[in-house]
Amino acid sequence: MRCDHCGERPAAIHLTQIVNNAVTQVHLCEPCAAEKGIHTNASIAKFPLSDFLASLGKAAPKTDAGTEAGEPCSFCGATLANFRETGRLGCPHCYTTFDHHLRDLLRRLHGSSQHVGEVYLPPGKQVAGSAQTLLELRDQLRRAVEAENFELAAELRDRIRVLE
Amino acid sequence: MTFDLRLIPDGGIGWADASGPEGHIVLSSRIRLARNLQGMPFTIRADPDEHEVVLAHVTAVARETPELADAALVRIDMLERTERQLLHERHLISRELAGLDPSGAVRRGAALMVSGDLAVMINEEDHLRLQSLRSGFALPEAYAALERLDTQLGQRLAFAFHPEFGYLTSCPTNAGTGLRASVLIHLPGLVLTKEIAKVLQGLAQVGLTFRGLYGEGSEVVGNFFQLSNQTTLGKSEEDLLDQLVKIVRQVVEYEEEARRVLRRDAPALIEDKIWRAYGLLRHARLLSFEEGMNLLSGVRLGVGLNLIKDVGVYTLNKLMLFTQPAHLSHQYNRALTDPDLPALRAAFVRRLLEDDARRRGASDAGGESEAT
Repeated sequence: MRCDHCGERPAAIHLTQIVNNAVTQVHLCEPCAAEKGIHTNASIAKFPLSDFLASLGKAAPKTDAGTEAGEPCSFCGATLANFRETGRLGCPHCYTTFDHHLRDLLRRLHGSSQHVGEVYLPPGKQVAGSAQTLLELRDQLRRAVEAENFELAAELRDRIRVLE
Repeated sequence: MTFDLRLIPDGGIGWADASGPEGHIVLSSRIRLARNLQGMPFTIRADPDEHEVVLAHVTAVARETPELADAALVRIDMLERTERQLLHERHLISRELAGLDPSGAVRRGAALMVSGDLAVMINEEDHLRLQSLRSGFALPEAYAALERLDTQLGQRLAFAFHPEFGYLTSCPTNAGTGLRASVLIHLPGLVLTKEIAKVLQGLAQVGLTFRGLYGEGSEVVGNFFQLSNQTTLGKSEEDLLDQLVKIVRQVVEYEEEARRVLRRDAPALIEDKIWRAYGLLRHARLLSFEEGMNLLSGVRLGVGLNLIKDVGVYTLNKLMLFTQPAHLSHQYNRALTDPDLPALRAAFVRRLLEDDARRRGASDAGGESEAT
């Protein structure tokens, strides 16, 4: 089947339109569809992660100069360069650090950056919350000791004692 | 550490028992949810001590849930390579967790908890990968069980969640719901009628994708395809599942139609293919895994078309599982590179097919088929 618009290329996108209760079918090739601003999941899927990663930083807007210059995530120390290299983020906090870049990437990958599924509420502070905090504090303590930041380590140790 | 498979209930292969709906075309349904702990670096950025912390914390909490209270815990990092590969062949752990990638070694703290249809991979690319595996085409059932486990764990562990991006995952391709649902589907009719390319192309247009026998990055073997959702963000869990169920149902119909066309337009050709495949499996003395899988695909088609009555679908599933390299090498206590494996594989296949034929009281291979 040929494209209804150019009549040359084979039609790849088949649209069913309903206008005033009349059903019409439109068959378009991909370039003509793109020209008309019709995007399909197929065109979304054509931006693989690796292509996006390769272009990261090159064409990115220069608004947040910090992350642009390779400012690391304040929690795990990962940089955009690390992400470009591995395709993996360093920690949940990276999503906040690099949210500007990620929003764009998520839109390309999924067609949207807004989660509409189940809304998760973390456990109540009184039960497992303290266990989780304890886990986080112990990890921070270990990192503080490794970085020889003994002032912070002492403070963390005190907070852990209270929780224990 | 020597690994005793009996520790895992049913050996973790309940999904292959051919009892599920559409079992002759859809081998199994799987759903996984990617989850990470708040306040911890993701697995690939964490160090071995942190992996141990995640493992200890997750297993302790999992034991408090009714779903995993009695689950078997397998420390993947303490297994031999063959044993890790065996669990991967059983579809219980990913290639990454099994440390089978040429570049990657097995990660300290890599573990699996398994109980019935439910399993949790720990210290995979994400801290937790919850999964549910079912026999046949049973995605809603698989999700119901998995959702209960997710709720139980989420009430006890603080998962990393963002109001805009949803569940946060190491790779942005999994963010949002963290949900990947898939079916392992056998499509020889569409392959033989050369309609398969069109079907696979169509998947991309509706946000689905396909992979090979072992999931991401694997080859299609024996006409088995894994169909799954491509995107995980911007749609609800229910919508993602509904979409996949709807499309799989359509693909099953296309496959059945292709089989009808084959029998109508080329009955002699198709019967010849099927009986040759069965004959070779009944009498071959050397078999590679790939050749075995391709011949089993022919026999499976014959069983689906009711031409071959001597073989049950469960036997075919068992053959598919137990002729895989690590399964064979484990069963006969040989190295993965042992040159005798092709002969052992052929003998194993002959024995199971003979047993099945005898049990079903039918004559030897090549018995008269019904004319079409």
